[in-house]
Amino acid sequence: MITVKKLVKRFGLKTVLRGLDFEVQPGEFVALLGPNGAGKTTFLRILASLSCPSLGNVTVAGYQLPHEAAAVRARLGVVSHLPLLYGDLTAEENLRFYGRMYNISGLEPRITEVLEMVGLENRRRDLVRTFSRGMQQRLAIGRAVLHDPDVMLFDEPYTGLDQDASSMLDEVLKTVAAEGRTVVMTSHDLVRAEDLATRFDILSRGVIAASTTREGLKNTNLLAFYRESLAD
Amino acid sequence: MTGQRPNSQPPKGIFLKAVSAIVWKDLQAEFRSRELFSAMLVFSLLIILIFNFALELDIKTRQSVTSGVLWATFAFAGTLGLNRSMAIEKDRGCMDGLLLAPVDRSAIYFGKVISNLAFMLIVEIIVLPVYSVLYNINLFQPGLLLVILLGSIGYVGVGTLLSAMSVQTRTRDILLPILLFPVVIPVLLSAVKASNGFLEGLDISEFLLPINLLIAYDIIFIAVAFMVFDSVVEE
Repeated sequence: MITVKKLVKRFGLKTVLRGLDFEVQPGEFVALLGPNGAGKTTFLRILASLSCPSLGNVTVAGYQLPHEAAAVRARLGVVSHLPLLYGDLTAEENLRFYGRMYNISGLEPRITEVLEMVGLENRRRDLVRTFSRGMQQRLAIGRAVLHDPDVMLFDEPYTGLDQDASSMLDEVLKTVAAEGRTVVMTSHDLVRAEDLATRFDILSRGVIAASTTREGLKNTNLLAFYRESLAD
Repeated sequence: MTGQRPNSQPPKGIFLKAVSAIVWKDLQAEFRSRELFSAMLVFSLLIILIFNFALELDIKTRQSVTSGVLWATFAFAGTLGLNRSMAIEKDRGCMDGLLLAPVDRSAIYFGKVISNLAFMLIVEIIVLPVYSVLYNINLFQPGLLLVILLGSIGYVGVGTLLSAMSVQTRTRDILLPILLFPVVIPVLLSAVKASNGFLEGLDISEFLLPINLLIAYDIIFIAVAFMVFDSVVEE
């Protein structure tokens, strides 16, 4: 579903990604872990077609970036630590706006379905600026799944959430993954990543330093694997 | 994924749908918050009031500077609106939301241009009668209104592009006027000259050149912005 070969990203003289190789099979849930400044967000922005690679090949859902970016974007849902929502619009107005941007047919029933999925059906006519951070993040996931994408990218979705909001977000993420979507999530929360993902990749100094699956963690835990990978 | 993959081009008709969605969203959000509109309107009214007091004793001078005062008012108020309109997209990450939509990115440009133009025209519709009363000058002439429309299109056309550039910097509030005013001088000069022609009751043949220049600048600026907007918003 996602194939990345020898990806390099430079910002002026600074090289952030240094020949990164990465592959995700359909239906996999990959947690992309690593210290601050490792290049996780930059990598996700390239997969989302928000940033162009300096060198290398990137294919998402069978389409090559950046040449077929519009086709990639139609099959992609992105959630970041910012909600990407308009505070002066209601929950349903936000979803209606994005639905029109994605040219979704049968939009109104889909909006209702998505609001029910993220547990905000009873707040659909409330302005988003009156929502808590957790509710905004749930609506952000609703926005991202509205067009039923094959691939979902989550960039630090738990940032700024309290325990209750994080637990609710866990449930929404599990629902999203259970629908068979391919998911790539960056996070610093190893406990949550271990609970949700099926594969764990450690990004360090612009390359994938180590990778393991849930089965590979049978005799250890993610924290130990993470520390060991970064120590090498 | 091989052989039978769908066409990678966005479906036809989605462009206009995306433009109208952005316009609808901007108007809906603005009519609810009135953040941008009230700042532009209060600023415009303050400028014309200040000029009214400053030029109070000299009626002849007041009449001769009308087009200059009007366009200075529209230009400064317009800068406020342009800055705020793009800042709303940037602050909550909504610009990324727009860029993630599977549409040609020029749809975002045209959507923002139309909504910014709507805000500017609404402010102008309110400012013109107030100005007419304060300065005792009839500004409701079809020719003058057409010049105001053409000038506003040119101003907003280039201003929307430059605000998309400046909003990505830390000094966006300062940077936009510094970038915008030198570029938009041809539009403002042509608009002032053409407005003066109508206000002084000259024969249209005497100020046809600035009107033609205004139309040419509008077309050129919007065409250039259409071509480069994708690169401007690209990281």
